[in-house]
Amino acid sequence: MTDFSAAAATDATPIEPTLPDGWELVVGLEVHVELDTASKLFCGCANQFGSEPNTNICPICLGLPGSLPVMNERAVELAMTLGRALDCDVRRSVMARKNYFYPDMPKDFQTTQYDQPTNSDGRLVLGDGFVVGVERAHIEEDTGKSTHIGGGGRISDAQYSLVDYNRAGVPLVEIVSRPDMRTIEHAKAYVEELREILIATGVSDARMEEGSMRVDANVSVRPHGSDELRTRCEIKNINSVRSLGRAIEYEARRHIDLWTSGSAPDQETRHWDEEGGRTLPGRKKEDADDYRYFQEPDLVPLDPAPETVAAIDAAMPPLPSARRAALADATGADPASVALLVGRGQDELALAAIAAGADADKVVVRLVNDLAVDDWSKVTATALAELVEMESSGAISATQAKQILADMTERGGDPAILAAARGFEAMDTDELETLLDGLIADNPDEWARFTSGDDADHKKMQGFFTGQIMKATRGQADGKTVARLLAQRST
Amino acid sequence: MTARDIAAAVRSGDRSAVAVLEEHLDRIAARDEELHAFNLVTADAARAEAEAVDAAVAAGADPGPLAGVPIALKDNMCTRGIPTTCSSKILEGWCPPYDATVVRRLRAAGAIAVGKTNLDEFAMGSSTENSANGPTRNPHDTSRVPGGSSGGTAASVAAGFTPLGIGSDTGGSIRQPAAFCGVVGMKPTYGAVSRYGLIAFASSLDQIGPFAQDVADAAALFDVIAGHDPLDSTSIVDFEPVASDALGRGVDGLRIGVVRELSGGEGTVEGLSPDVLARTQEAVVALEAAGATIEDISVPSATLGLSAYYLVAPAEASSNLARYDGVRYGLRVDAPTTGEMNTASRTAGFGPEVKRRIMLGTYALSAGYYDAFYGKALKVRTMMLRDFAAAYEKVDVLITPTAPTTAFPLGERTADPMTMYVNDVCTIPSNLTGHPGISVPFGVGDDGLPVGVQVLAPALDDVLTFQVAAVLEAAGGPR
Repeated sequence: MTDFSAAAATDATPIEPTLPDGWELVVGLEVHVELDTASKLFCGCANQFGSEPNTNICPICLGLPGSLPVMNERAVELAMTLGRALDCDVRRSVMARKNYFYPDMPKDFQTTQYDQPTNSDGRLVLGDGFVVGVERAHIEEDTGKSTHIGGGGRISDAQYSLVDYNRAGVPLVEIVSRPDMRTIEHAKAYVEELREILIATGVSDARMEEGSMRVDANVSVRPHGSDELRTRCEIKNINSVRSLGRAIEYEARRHIDLWTSGSAPDQETRHWDEEGGRTLPGRKKEDADDYRYFQEPDLVPLDPAPETVAAIDAAMPPLPSARRAALADATGADPASVALLVGRGQDELALAAIAAGADADKVVVRLVNDLAVDDWSKVTATALAELVEMESSGAISATQAKQILADMTERGGDPAILAAARGFEAMDTDELETLLDGLIADNPDEWARFTSGDDADHKKMQGFFTGQIMKATRGQADGKTVARLLAQRST
Repeated sequence: MTARDIAAAVRSGDRSAVAVLEEHLDRIAARDEELHAFNLVTADAARAEAEAVDAAVAAGADPGPLAGVPIALKDNMCTRGIPTTCSSKILEGWCPPYDATVVRRLRAAGAIAVGKTNLDEFAMGSSTENSANGPTRNPHDTSRVPGGSSGGTAASVAAGFTPLGIGSDTGGSIRQPAAFCGVVGMKPTYGAVSRYGLIAFASSLDQIGPFAQDVADAAALFDVIAGHDPLDSTSIVDFEPVASDALGRGVDGLRIGVVRELSGGEGTVEGLSPDVLARTQEAVVALEAAGATIEDISVPSATLGLSAYYLVAPAEASSNLARYDGVRYGLRVDAPTTGEMNTASRTAGFGPEVKRRIMLGTYALSAGYYDAFYGKALKVRTMMLRDFAAAYEKVDVLITPTAPTTAFPLGERTADPMTMYVNDVCTIPSNLTGHPGISVPFGVGDDGLPVGVQVLAPALDDVLTFQVAAVLEAAGGPR
């Protein structure tokens, strides 16, 4: 997850690929997320990624004859939590069967929601204030996972296929946006913001690389200024936010080429080919899909009481947008740093350290630069505040602060004790002055160049004296104190 | 000997469960070759269960209210490690890794499952002729069908193979064979008995229920199998009916309605035979004599039930039966691609009636046809619920014949599905509404074969159906 946040930070000043003049991009996204429940949607099997194939299975998730589903209440609660976080209406909903044959789908129908989803008509506000409409966020079960052996990995040409049903019946929510996005950056920002909301609310761990968050993009183009919706293609198999951007750009250019040459794209599902940097058509379907949806007779409608929805609202943790605002308010830090810390979930730590009296700028710098780790649970706000205070007072150097923070991350503990353990006794200023005076006496030429040379000479000699002091003190002197003393001596 | 007598004798130690079992296994051995009630007799497993019951009695424990009573299970109830076929080739060789809730409840009550009974494939039929294993014959006249789809269970109870039997009823599949075979059969309120482990035909209509030779035995069995099950989301919470206690209450002061459209009155559906209508009328007279007040009741939409049913049931079946694709269990016919393998397996595995209903149901749910067919059928269902609710404002229970005729000859109706479907015209409404219904023998037809009369009640009034049936049984005299 840190990779993801780091990517967000480095993309802080995005360069929007420009499409040919006169064309506008239209993007809608369908995002599937696995809910972070202990068990599957309709049975007690573990909802766990990475188990041995076909070990988390039972008659229910295998769809054996006679078995019946029972709804996982926690999954419904998480789905409604996401719905409220996306400002959706949460209403009475029913499960439906989507009928089609596929070997990794045990019942040969998927239990999902159709015309009465749990969440509808919401919105997601991006960092720059752009609003993307959310049409619906509905509950459904995941399918098993097929691996096709031979024939290039496609079921049509495979020699044989292996099916792992561990994933069958894992609870999903599919979040369907409206086709509101007009730029690649907004599409990427939507996915990033959604991901942060999912993590902040505990709805999903939203790991794209493990498939617990999967993004399909509906892409079309139209002449600038038009409000028509032209033929769209659905791009699947997108494995990262970066790929999402590449896939949308490729697909948009493909559409523009087709329209410009007097042709038109077919409405179809296409697959993103990461190595080739292109989208490829999926299997052509002979007939239009007819999933013959009907209400699932084995499950009863979900009809949350108003108090249930109110309780979900009351328990809603602060959402990333509010947390960014709070951190920016408290620190005045730049948006990229703020986004990075909220993305890492370190905003609470930062605010607590500041509340404990630490310098806000230093806290932000220390965390942004030196806490890009998965587990910082041993770093307490009090300890962080103390560390930053030691650095501010010159008791330890920036380099030392960084080393002590690493120790705190690993083992926890009090920074003063950790500093002592490393031998980072605060250098006495008197000691430093004596040392400096000795150096000046031993190196009169260098001192002359420092005091009366040109700018370049001055800088070079500052480096020389500072280096000598650091060498003599084995790096324990504070660079800023040395600079201050050098300045004092030269006037 | 009734199930109650057997259980009492076994519990008191007067008779051993093993001896009871052997006596019944002997009857099966003597006559089931002719009747073919069973797809499979699990004699060894039954002996082990009977020995366990005897051991419990010897140890001073109580094996339960059905201690040592042999029981027949329709072969669409999952039994752990024992083949469960739905009388279909597509499930050939499949052994469920788990027991249906009803099977667990029976074992806990001390009943001894002796085998799996024949049915119309996936419970689709009214004669038990649509079976991959061949038909079951009616014990009263082996040239006649036993009714269906629970024909095997009905025949087992009628032939004395087992005092009790378990069936499932989606459109009359317990009540109609009970009527044809001269035994008691009851379909509980939807959700009264757990469907967990019942292989689905039409999920919103399917309900498990008891078969017995008399009303009191049927009530005793009902009391064991009814009750909430967390494994079935449609199971009714806090509903623990006890029918056995209600049997002596009589019908004095009860208001009984005769459904005009299903009992020979104005606007009656076609095909109800005069002898069956005469017995129904005699039943009404008997109830009146026992103190009930009788009313002529119109339930206009009752006649629409058949049409609605043959859209709803096949639609759900088309989805429920999709899983038999040759991938994971049951029959697989190999072919070059997965899709071709699916098709080849299903083509070879399903019989013609199942295929017909899958086609019908697929069509009824298809884009462009949904509103005209499935959607409209759902509206009829709503209408029927409203009409029956209105009827139950005026009366406590309703009376109809169970089936339009007595048992018909084998082969008579297999050529024309419509004549077969009409069999269910009186039973289907309570599946569409989810209400309980019981069929109780009441005299015989002109051909000397049993006639069944049906008692219907509002949802959750299951006990009342037994109460009224007990009065009819007493009035109907020896069969």
